[in-house]
Amino acid sequence: MTSRDDILGRVRARLNRNPENAAAGRAAIEATLAMRAQGPCPAIDSQKSALAGRQQAGTPPLLERLVEKSLAYSSTVDRVGTYAEAPAAVARYLAGLNLPLQAVIWPALARLDWAAAGLTVDTRGAEDHDLVGISGCFCAIAETGTLMLVSGPDTPASVSLLPETHIALVPASRIVAGMEEGFALARAELGQLPRAVNFISGPSRTGDIEQTIVLGAHGPYRVHLILLVQE
Amino acid sequence: MKSRAHRFKENAAAALANPVLQASMRKAKGKFVDKRAIAIREIDDFEATREAAKQIRNRVIENLDLWLEKFEETATARGATVLWAKDGAEICRHVVDVAKRHGVKKAVKSKSMLSEEAGLNLALTAAGIQPVETDLGEYILQINDNEPPSHIIAPVVHKSLDEVADLFAKTHHTPRKTDIPALTREAREVLREHFLTAEMGISGGNFLIAETGSVALVTNEGNGRMVTTLPKVHVVITGIEKVIPTLEDLATLMRLLPRSATGQSISNYVSVLTGVKRPDEPDGPEHLYFILVDNGRAEVVGSEFQDMLRCIRCGACMNHCPVYQTIGGQAYGWVYPGPMGSVLTPLYTGLENAIDLPHAGTLCNQCGVVCPVKIPLPELLRKLREKQVERHLRPWFERLAFRLWAWVASRPGLYGLGARFAARYLTWLADGKGSIPALGLAPEWTKGRDFPAPEGKTFRELYAEKKQ
Repeated sequence: MTSRDDILGRVRARLNRNPENAAAGRAAIEATLAMRAQGPCPAIDSQKSALAGRQQAGTPPLLERLVEKSLAYSSTVDRVGTYAEAPAAVARYLAGLNLPLQAVIWPALARLDWAAAGLTVDTRGAEDHDLVGISGCFCAIAETGTLMLVSGPDTPASVSLLPETHIALVPASRIVAGMEEGFALARAELGQLPRAVNFISGPSRTGDIEQTIVLGAHGPYRVHLILLVQE
Repeated sequence: MKSRAHRFKENAAAALANPVLQASMRKAKGKFVDKRAIAIREIDDFEATREAAKQIRNRVIENLDLWLEKFEETATARGATVLWAKDGAEICRHVVDVAKRHGVKKAVKSKSMLSEEAGLNLALTAAGIQPVETDLGEYILQINDNEPPSHIIAPVVHKSLDEVADLFAKTHHTPRKTDIPALTREAREVLREHFLTAEMGISGGNFLIAETGSVALVTNEGNGRMVTTLPKVHVVITGIEKVIPTLEDLATLMRLLPRSATGQSISNYVSVLTGVKRPDEPDGPEHLYFILVDNGRAEVVGSEFQDMLRCIRCGACMNHCPVYQTIGGQAYGWVYPGPMGSVLTPLYTGLENAIDLPHAGTLCNQCGVVCPVKIPLPELLRKLREKQVERHLRPWFERLAFRLWAWVASRPGLYGLGARFAARYLTWLADGKGSIPALGLAPEWTKGRDFPAPEGKTFRELYAEKKQ
């Protein structure tokens, strides 16, 4: 007997499984999966999600909540109008930290004019030596100040992970209330989940040595959000 | 991992006599408790959320066989391989086999309590594969000769900064430093090299999502992301009870897990990983394996201890336990400490091998009150105590004492006489001081406190007087 049959066999015996209750159980499972019931969701000043009204770009309550929670998670936040203004905002941020104007960027962001802002960019997955990684986001979650990134050929996961500084461009129209709305958006736009869905809330941290919080355990030391309020 | 739970009393005594451990535990005490108390206030209806989480976990456990089949189906459809392990030895065999199949020389590990259950690091080393723990706390333990963890989410809570400083200087051959950010940076640099060169990543799994065939991983350091992004092979090791139905359920549970664990609204990184990388994707593993582990869990299904399978491993019960706060986690002798460990260790390793653990709690129910999935931990501890008595596992003198007690207590005349005698004797012993500093028959009891003296007459005597 395989271990699979052995383990499942013992679970079935303990649950008094028989053909009738198995059929009922399977029907219950399909019903649960079809219903996708939500648990209690805490009120966020506004529950207007990107799904509910995409045209209401950057509904102020969601945007403000995202900013407030991002700051609480040790991220920094800047606001500009459109994608076209993002490269200059990145250059300003890097110059302010005395970092070189060089970065690895998502292929999805290659269309922006980085050179005009004085930035040298590599369009690929990140490598160990990259100091700055620039990503977009699939959406952002106001409730907890969280970026939701999905992996793909144009959105490699390593860009938000290996460099010491991670900069994320966040269109206001993509700010949703909670994780539930983020998943709903993923189902609606992507069909099945991509390989990696990463929820990122601020820089990497550890508190393992004497419960002292230190930023930059393995991932970025800094996470900087550039909100695109007109996008 | 071989259980040392049968030596709980000795281990606890040693922990109490260890000044470094005592200082570390005092320093940590209350930190997680306070942070949790603040964080749960962000949830409008925390109790309703707890109830919803309980229902989610029960829904799966009540049809666990079918949910496991569902998960296997969805995970396999996305290109993952699902393996099953009855015990720790089989976990080790699977991981070594997978490593050999893909020519793995080095495996980086994100936290996995199952791999502690299995003693996986020793098995990998024996097979010529280098295991590297990458959670900072777990790494510190590994370089200290594979010391066991003392907390499921803060594994080195018992260790002082000085001990870590010595360990790093010795292991890394670097000048000794006591600056915590500098020590963290040093570990980052050492471990980054391992992330980049390992061929295999091993992780636990906080949840398995049946709807999508995914594993959800929760970390603050980002090591969970590293081990699942860089190596070409990813092996997930989880218990069979970790399945949840949908992504919506994950959202609900994520409102509870970080708040209950560290008092955060959310952990810095939550990853939902599904299947293998696409050919045109620059990063991610090419091979994904799930090892679904029984190791005692199947026997708990349908039993009077089934509630325990809801556990989401947040550690809130131990953070709030007065016994844990005093002796730390290693005294419990196996992988899981605190109240949840005092239930799990006897269930998974045998009641007779952990005879003291069901008694290693005061039944004050702090653990039950804070548990995010409403596990009635004191009730389960009490049931384990009952089982011990039923199976005659308690020591002979305890059994004799209770039989004597029962014999006397079922004879009212004799009982009254005995109580009168005891009350008079104890009053005489107290000698007018109101308390007794040392009891000859119960020296352990009076070691840490005085025994209050009775005030002359028994309840039955007083009652009889009042009635007249």
